[in-house]
Amino acid sequence: MQIYLPIAEVSVNAFLLLGLGGLVGVLSGMFGVGGGFLMTPLLFMIGIPPAVAVATGTNQIVASSVSGVLAHLRRKTVDLKMGTVLLSGGLVGAAAGVQLFAYLRSIGQVDLLVTLSYVVFLGIIGTLMLIESVGALLRSRRMAAPKRKKHNWVHNLPIKAKFRTSGLYISVIPPVLVGFGVGVLSAIMGVGGGFIMVPAMIYILGMPTKVVVGTSLFQIIFVAAFTTLMHAYENHTVDIGLAVLLIIGGVIGAQVGTRIGLRIKAEQTRILLALLVVGVCLNLALGLLIEPSELYSIGTEG
Amino acid sequence: MLRLILILTVLLALPARAQQEQIVAGLSQNRVAIDTTFVGSEILVFGAVKRDRPAPDSELGVVIVIEGPTETVTVRRKERRFGIWINTEEVHASNVPSFYAVATSAAFDDVVNEEANTRRLVSIDEAIWILDRPDIADTQAFADAVIRIREEADLYTLKEDTIKLDEATLFSTAVQLPSNLVEGLYTARIYLTRGGFIVSDHISYVSVQKVGLERWLYNLAHDQPVWYGLLSLAIAIAAGYGASTAFRMLSRS
Repeated sequence: MQIYLPIAEVSVNAFLLLGLGGLVGVLSGMFGVGGGFLMTPLLFMIGIPPAVAVATGTNQIVASSVSGVLAHLRRKTVDLKMGTVLLSGGLVGAAAGVQLFAYLRSIGQVDLLVTLSYVVFLGIIGTLMLIESVGALLRSRRMAAPKRKKHNWVHNLPIKAKFRTSGLYISVIPPVLVGFGVGVLSAIMGVGGGFIMVPAMIYILGMPTKVVVGTSLFQIIFVAAFTTLMHAYENHTVDIGLAVLLIIGGVIGAQVGTRIGLRIKAEQTRILLALLVVGVCLNLALGLLIEPSELYSIGTEG
Repeated sequence: MLRLILILTVLLALPARAQQEQIVAGLSQNRVAIDTTFVGSEILVFGAVKRDRPAPDSELGVVIVIEGPTETVTVRRKERRFGIWINTEEVHASNVPSFYAVATSAAFDDVVNEEANTRRLVSIDEAIWILDRPDIADTQAFADAVIRIREEADLYTLKEDTIKLDEATLFSTAVQLPSNLVEGLYTARIYLTRGGFIVSDHISYVSVQKVGLERWLYNLAHDQPVWYGLLSLAIAIAAGYGASTAFRMLSRS
């Protein structure tokens, strides 16, 4: 069934979009990532204009994150206090990121910088996670108690606060900075930022894996909602028709994903997420390294 | 004196040529409505040649050009720098048609000669041109790229030998409009040629517009962006909440 999208101005198959939303929703529920880093490139592939894909993707992320976070809230695996602290940095970061995005666009290199930041961040995070989680899995196989660093630089900063759900007593400065950094990146890359947030929470803040996914989803809702509004207001590139189809697939997928995520071990979840991140990174890197079949591109705005 | 004679000859010859054969034409629709289920459209162009004297001997040809609204585009070229492919040079081209379909009654070069094509901007490569720039040696390559990319997207088409010409008088063809149409006023130009020279032309217009829900959403997005954004978010949050609640009820029962 073909549907004409009012803002994207293309006609696409409705079932293809439902399926795409569902697939990304499952991953989102499993890993606590919004799935934007998968959704955006997939939408490019089916012919949605990049500006519309980025903006509409953030709206879809809101829906799948709401759906996912409710399941986590019931299981009490959301650290609301930590989420709020991350969020305060995240919103400021997103606002700054939107300005940076507008500047990059004016100098005509926004595509390259978006792709490069994807490759760099996905590459570093994916590789580190892969090494770490394979290590953790091997340790748990040998039945050795997992080594947990008691103190690093994060614990020596002022303005400490208790985060009961996470079982942490740390300074609020690192979470605010993490939130800010992810906010900037998510505005530039058009994603919720979960794939950066999740590892940052585990490895920098030392949060237990159990609460990481729910907390990440919680703060992604607000950052993604803010970004959606900014895109709708400044660029008029949010396509409701496209969003509704992706959302219907996405919310169902997120529910399925959350249930799958609870059945498999945290270490295994991390390995799968790491493999996914590395895979997307390699794909994007190849796009930069291999000579493209079409060297020219047409931009209709500005 | 010689110039005067030349000018007089041209002045006398022009109306004579124009009057001899004229196009009477129509379109199957002057309005294309884009609604939710729009998958492209087809415009039937038909017409006849009106003559007030016997037809001349030279070869009769018909060319139909349907052109979409023009836009300003930026064309970028990638080059290998530091081992990766990045956009390096860019040129701006104004008045680039968003859609350009050419149909002819025989091979294009047989129907329209080079001179007529250049003067009346019939084929797509005549319609697109980019101002020469001192810093870029091959601006033509950028124009070629626009044509190549849009031809691949079926936005620019050249369909030779697709106009049916009956008894050198009646002609008709169907032009396909793809689903990724840009809104606006489209022009349909019809040229009648004799031995490659244009002897008569005719122009009419087709309005392409979104209607119904498409129209309403598009207007809302541009006129009330804040409300549009809030509406998108409301849908997203409601859908997320709805799915979560529905699944909980499912797993309980």
